[in-house]
Amino acid sequence: MNAVINLKSSWLPVCRTEDLVAGSGVAVLVETQPVALFWLPDQQPAYYAVSHRDPFSGAEVLAHGLLCESDGQWSVASPLYKQHFSLADGQCLEDPNMRIRCWPVREQAGWIEIDLSGQQTESQVG
Amino acid sequence: MFQQVITGLRGHNMKKQLVVIGNGMVGHHFVEQLMASSVADEYQVSVFAEEPCRAYDRVHLSEYFDHPDATHLQLGEPDFYTRHSIALHLAEPVIRLDRDRRRVITAQGEYAYDALVLATGSYPFVPPIPGREQPHCLVYRTLEDLDAIRESAQGAQRGVVVGGGLLGLEAAHALTKLGLEAHVVEFAPRLMPVQLDTQAGELLRRKIEALGVQVHTDKATQAIVSGDTQRLKMCFSDESYLETDLIVFSAGIRPQDRLAAEAGLVLGERGGIQIDSQCRTSDPSIYAIGECAIWNQQQFGLVAPGYTMARVAVAHLSGDVGTRFSGADMSTKLKLLGVDVGSIGDAQGLTPGALNYRYADELSGVYRRLVVSADGQHLLGAILIGDNSYYDTLLQYALNAIVLPEYPETLILPAVAGAEPVLGVASLPQEATLCSCHNVTKGDICEAMNDGAVSMADLKQMTRAATGCGGCSAMVKNVLDAELEKRGVQVDKSICEHFAYTRQELFHLIRVEEIHSFADLLQRYGKGGGCEVCKPAVASILASVWNEHVHEPAHVALQDTNDTFMANMQKNGTYSVVPRIPGGEITPQMLISLGEVGRKYDLYTKITGGQRIDLFGATLDELPLIWEELIAAGFETGHAYGKSLRTVKSCIGDTWCRYGVQDSMSMAIRLENRYKGLRTPHKVKMAVSGCTRECAEAQSKDVGVIATEKGWNLYVCGNGGMKPRHADLFATDLDDETLIRYIDRLLMFYVYTADRLQRTSVWMENLEGGLSYLQAVVMNDSLGLAEELEARMQHVVDSYQCEWKTAVEDPQKRKRFRSYVNASEPRRARIQLIEERGQRIPARNLTEEEVA
Ligand code: SRM
Ligand SMILES: Cc1cc2nc3c(=O)[nH]c(=O)nc-3n(C[C@H](O)[C@H](O)[C@H](O)COP(=O)(O)OP(=O)(O)OC[C@H]3O[C@@H](n4cnc5c(N)ncnc54)[C@H](O)[C@@H]3O)c2cc1C
Ligand code: SF4
Ligand code: FES
Repeated sequence: MNAVINLKSSWLPVCRTEDLVAGSGVAVLVETQPVALFWLPDQQPAYYAVSHRDPFSGAEVLAHGLLCESDGQWSVASPLYKQHFSLADGQCLEDPNMRIRCWPVREQAGWIEIDLSGQQTESQVG
Repeated sequence: MFQQVITGLRGHNMKKQLVVIGNGMVGHHFVEQLMASSVADEYQVSVFAEEPCRAYDRVHLSEYFDHPDATHLQLGEPDFYTRHSIALHLAEPVIRLDRDRRRVITAQGEYAYDALVLATGSYPFVPPIPGREQPHCLVYRTLEDLDAIRESAQGAQRGVVVGGGLLGLEAAHALTKLGLEAHVVEFAPRLMPVQLDTQAGELLRRKIEALGVQVHTDKATQAIVSGDTQRLKMCFSDESYLETDLIVFSAGIRPQDRLAAEAGLVLGERGGIQIDSQCRTSDPSIYAIGECAIWNQQQFGLVAPGYTMARVAVAHLSGDVGTRFSGADMSTKLKLLGVDVGSIGDAQGLTPGALNYRYADELSGVYRRLVVSADGQHLLGAILIGDNSYYDTLLQYALNAIVLPEYPETLILPAVAGAEPVLGVASLPQEATLCSCHNVTKGDICEAMNDGAVSMADLKQMTRAATGCGGCSAMVKNVLDAELEKRGVQVDKSICEHFAYTRQELFHLIRVEEIHSFADLLQRYGKGGGCEVCKPAVASILASVWNEHVHEPAHVALQDTNDTFMANMQKNGTYSVVPRIPGGEITPQMLISLGEVGRKYDLYTKITGGQRIDLFGATLDELPLIWEELIAAGFETGHAYGKSLRTVKSCIGDTWCRYGVQDSMSMAIRLENRYKGLRTPHKVKMAVSGCTRECAEAQSKDVGVIATEKGWNLYVCGNGGMKPRHADLFATDLDDETLIRYIDRLLMFYVYTADRLQRTSVWMENLEGGLSYLQAVVMNDSLGLAEELEARMQHVVDSYQCEWKTAVEDPQKRKRFRSYVNASEPRRARIQLIEERGQRIPARNLTEEEVA
């Protein structure tokens, strides 16, 4: 596992708000890290940033998954093999041993920014 | 003489050799049951069949005259035998048993057995009438017999069936379907002498004669000689005669016991292999099951008792000696030439002291008889002519010894408005057998429902009830409904937690309330935020009804990747591109253009199983560029990503083929262009063949069209895939316009009423009334919906747009196709590819490090 060691605590602007798609996701590259950004206009919080890479297939696809709500919790369903990942903490709902990275994200003057240092790390058993 | 082929797997894997002789209905059922049992792994099974094809449904043999082939009659999954590594020796009859050396001997070799099962069935009895060996003297038992009858019917005018029993009448019906003038000659004074009484036999005769089959009772045939005006002449003992072109003997069956007799096994008094209650013959290592077996001096000429014997034998092989065969109910219910006939238990009233109730209505041709016990408490038997709706109730009274109501005659008197004397299924005991083919009791049904079954489809799958002869379906459905009601189950058919509605109900709401967006629907009829189930389902309905572009802001977040990006995502996150190639026809120039695009973008290229070409490995950024070029070259989207029309496969038809009788190419292209883009509950595939050779495999499609001399035959609701289903013949000899009208109505009705992700086959099987209901809706407009369905389809046809063309021309929509919205380059380097046979494919088995 290659932990991204990044001690900059600064917020990085990654794209414009108009690049986002309401109710869905887009992908950005942050340094070497592919990140999926989701925008749920009428939710609190409205923005989410999780890893774009699907840990089950290794493919960069999660931004293109469908967003699902259950009991007020939002998740993204991988477009490949349909596992769900919580937008709040990256936890895979089907596999307790799988969690993808996610980062603090905010909107600032028309820019979407993420805080790379604030990441939670991806973890996987085995 | 014989090649020595001993299948000696023993010692190698220690499995015991089990040989089954006969691959008829019962032999097949035995093997299925054995494979599902706990001892499946202990036996290496070999099956020897005299007939050249796999086990088929003999009960529905006559349907072979309605279908050009017999695949729909085959029993079990096509790969059942290979999947279980069972050696199936077709057209290899066993000619001798060597019990001392435990060998069966065929013309090809000798095979050892540890356990042997005889399931050789019956052969038709042909009375020893001089002249019976001539050509055009035939029998009615196997597919090959039916081929021979079909052939003999060529150029014939009249056909005679000898025997007025159940099978004889069925054979007579088949002769009328082949266009012959049909006669039935019966030795006894009435028809169906075993099951009916004089009055019923007479009524049946009148009804059948009214349908054009001539009946001659009390006639004994003495000789068959060559005819003067027709091929043959039958001479009767009363010196009358009848000329005919062919004769079908249906004078009863005899157990096929030759092998057993020659090997010295104990037979019944009148032949047949004697068995005990565990289906063992006089040799403890040999079982006999089905029609070849005799239990308690009785042969059972129905499939259900045979199935029971098969289960008993499997139980015995598994060490269960408690399961026993204890006889079987021989009641029958059938439609003979459209006439309902039912016979239950002691129909003739032979039990000492039995009393009778009779009801006859000669005007409408109805007869019902009840035979009750001397004390009037129990039903012993019954006869029904003209209306079988009374059958299920009466059978349950007889089988379960339910005490009769105070006035038993109410059970057969015609229903007076609203007061039908049906036995409420609720009063049936748990042990009541509902399905005798698969031995399913009411208790089994309830148990399956405890395990979650809520529909007929569930019950069929979990208990196999109603999957044999089908006679019990109505009863099983009633129990299902009653149980659901009893459990207070408001059956939850909600599509997901966000909508308490079925797909059909959502469809209706969207159409009637003119709802155009998911948000609006969710706000008015749903709750929460939606999920991967309801979002695409609603998107599909919105598209079927309003046909707006998938990228409209209101729809864009509803679709899974494939629909959003109008391409199929592959395992490495890249996409495939499938342009439409209607009917598989493509000009050399178009082919070159396609090749050029493939080469330029370095796409892996393959001919698909659907007669078109798939280009694999495009990134999101490349998709619009590729499509721009394809559209310029004249291509359109192929909707390979949508739940929508995929391909209309076609053969070349009369354009080139010497056998083609219609222009299948033009028809396929017309259909493909008409229905392309239509959003459906699941994908829809079609095919058009130019003649009955069927090179386009239309009978495995949702909509299949096969050319005839006079027009087109329409087949519906077939598919390949995970659970293949042969399509059903829906209508014949249609002209072009009628064909299209029927397909319009059929497809739109499917769109209106199917569940999400339900293919046409499952949809039809779940419609009450199945095929005939669908025919009534589409051909006779029984719901008065035809006009609306056609108009709705015309709207979809008229508002068609190539989604890809719309997308590449709109800069806003194109923005969606960016691998990363903050980086201009798709980083192809991140997608690991290797080369194989001159093309690039995803690297196999990458490690975590290589991927990241
Ligand atoms: C490309 C192709 C295989 C090939 O290399 O030839 C193919 C590829 C896929 N098939 Fe197929 N099927 C292809 C012909 C078939 C056929 C044969 C046919 O159409 O004559 C069948 C059986 C016939 C049938 O559907 O009745 C077939 C039965 C399936 C099924 C099972 C459907 C079922 O009802 O059981 C699925 C799964 C599904 O749809 O849920 C499936 C799903 C898929 C998916 C979409 C799986 C996926 O989600 O990735 C594959 C997409 C690949 C892609 O990117 O295009 N594919 N698939 C064929 C494309 C035909 C075309 O030109 O559109
Ligand atoms: C037209 C028709 C309609 C019918 N309708 C009904 C109905 O409505 N309801 C009902 O319950 N029953 C009905 N039946 C009867 C039902 O089909 C039989 O009860 C059932 O098929 C018996 O199954 P079986 O396996 O014992 O015999 P079969 O199905 O006859 O199978 C025996 C098989 O063994 C093969 N065989 C024989 N000898 C050898 C050998 N030496 N080596 C290898 N193979 C051998 C035969 O070729 C045959 O394929 C009908 C039958 C016919 C013909
Ligand atoms: S059969 Fe399976 S692997 Fe092959 S294309 Fe169809 S879905 Fe893919
Ligand atoms: S009784 Fe034959 S299928 Fe149920």
